[in-house]
Amino acid sequence: MTLGYISRRLFHLVLIMFGVSVLVFLMLRMIPGDPAQLLLGEFANPEELESLRAQLGLNQSLLTQYWIYLRNIIQGDLGNSLRSNAPVAGEIWVRLIATLELSLAAMFIATVVGVAAGVLSAVKQRSFLDYASMFLALVGVSMPIFWLGLMLIYLFSVKYPILPMMGRITLGLEVPEMTGLMVVDSLLAGNGQAFLSAVKHLLLPSFTLATIPMAIVARITRSSMLEVMSKDYVRTARAKGMAESVVVLRHALRNAFLPVVTVLGLNLGLLLGGAVLTETIFSWPGLGRYVVDSLAGRDYAAVQGCILVFAALMAAINLAVDLMYVFLDPRLRVDE
Amino acid sequence: MSRWEALKDLRQSVSAMVGLVLILLIVVVAIMGPWIAPADPLIPSPLIRLQGPSVEHLFGTDSLGRDIFSRVIYGARISLMIGVISVTISLIPGTLLGLLAGYFGKRIDSIIMRCMDMLLAFPAILLAIFITAILEPNLTNTMVAVGIVYIPHYARIVRAGVLSLKEQLFVQAIVHLGGSHGRILFKHILPNCLPPIIVYATLGMGTAVLQAAALGFLGLGAQPPSPEWGAMLSEGRQYIQLAPHVAAFPGAAILILVLGFNLFGDGLRDVLDPSLRSQ
Repeated sequence: MTLGYISRRLFHLVLIMFGVSVLVFLMLRMIPGDPAQLLLGEFANPEELESLRAQLGLNQSLLTQYWIYLRNIIQGDLGNSLRSNAPVAGEIWVRLIATLELSLAAMFIATVVGVAAGVLSAVKQRSFLDYASMFLALVGVSMPIFWLGLMLIYLFSVKYPILPMMGRITLGLEVPEMTGLMVVDSLLAGNGQAFLSAVKHLLLPSFTLATIPMAIVARITRSSMLEVMSKDYVRTARAKGMAESVVVLRHALRNAFLPVVTVLGLNLGLLLGGAVLTETIFSWPGLGRYVVDSLAGRDYAAVQGCILVFAALMAAINLAVDLMYVFLDPRLRVDE
Repeated sequence: MSRWEALKDLRQSVSAMVGLVLILLIVVVAIMGPWIAPADPLIPSPLIRLQGPSVEHLFGTDSLGRDIFSRVIYGARISLMIGVISVTISLIPGTLLGLLAGYFGKRIDSIIMRCMDMLLAFPAILLAIFITAILEPNLTNTMVAVGIVYIPHYARIVRAGVLSLKEQLFVQAIVHLGGSHGRILFKHILPNCLPPIIVYATLGMGTAVLQAAALGFLGLGAQPPSPEWGAMLSEGRQYIQLAPHVAAFPGAAILILVLGFNLFGDGLRDVLDPSLRSQ
């Protein structure tokens, strides 16, 4: 049943990740020049170059090179960063948590605001509220978020300085690291001042990142709600004399939620991409900014590591969405 | 539905018409650029750096004293070109791959679609960043990168269309009459797959403009002194505290063009692809 489905999906995931690793490997080999030189930078001394060449097997066949590369990845060795000389895997991990905090906050905003707007639009179909929120949703989908971020910085950090424009927490406020998520850690430490600062730092970037998913969620929720609201069981619920709020929230929204979940899941990938831009604007020390900085510094070991991690995250998210789908819709379980 | 009826439906769609007006506005600006731009977009005037909007300089001046209004006008050409060329780069190979995968099925289908899955495994902007970084950051490579990233989307749409069409009676009849694969694919299947492709390509123009501007903003797209909107925003970012207008106007231009494509694409979808019509 479901087990067969999950194992098939897992096999598919492994296949995709294998393909991704081949693609990234070949792309890095396509950059003109010696890969060892590329990974160590132009100021590397000849001994270092020679030793990395031997380590990567650069004088051997492409197949052997790929095998060495794959073996290293599977062992969690993504090489050393050109700029800091520290293992890339460690550097990625620290930044991944920062990106996770930003993405989770954005996802939260997108879901709450998007679902609320979608439900209201559907309930008040063809009203001013409906037209206005759907127009705003279309503007949201068309938004260059790097521009929105800059305008928000100008408005809330420069003109009316009520929110910070960069970083994760006010300098000097220390919180003991437990989860790596500033908001959670400050709460766990019982440090109210730090918590407030962390939330304030999170507001602008997470709202910026949430813009596009929020708009998409609103549109999907609306159309999915409209479809469900015309169903017989909703009419029955109304005929039984149930309060409209119960009909909408308990009978309609629950059933309308399936497509919304799929879209939410697919949007996590969009969030990861959007993080690259948002983190650059707000100097958020996450994975997206790390990729951009690594590219600027021609730190290919770091770039390669990030791309693999991003692809793995996307694949894992897609799998999780599919599984959630089966969980939410019992009919899919029977079909298997 | 005849083409004439579709056109009539389209004319009655408010969103499509508003979208069309926004697109046409930018197209006219792009064509008339040299005649309506009050100043040269590239020549610096150090004496009037970072001035706010005024009668002489409607959108103000940038850090080198160039007239931002004129630069936004010249940028319209670049953004429209990016939209058209990037979409063409994804549309042609994407459609061909989708046709082949859907029509021949079996092994060809799995090979093509697994390759497409691989491209879809990356967040779009990240893949585009990676490709431009490898090729060398400039405007041409931006269009190539954005084009490559969206190939799988077209392949999927076309494949889905082919799968349902090839079982239909009129296609089966031609197969039995001995029509060649090429004739069946290009004369009978492709024309019937066109509506969703047209809708997606219109919406895709907006996405392409947005992605290319993002690459320009990150310094991986068009390089200075080109008046590309994303690159202008990147420059404006440094002066956001002193002179927010430097970033404000190019960003608003991007929003208007992308909104135009999205509104028009939405309207087109309602007319051409009624199965997807929003209620």
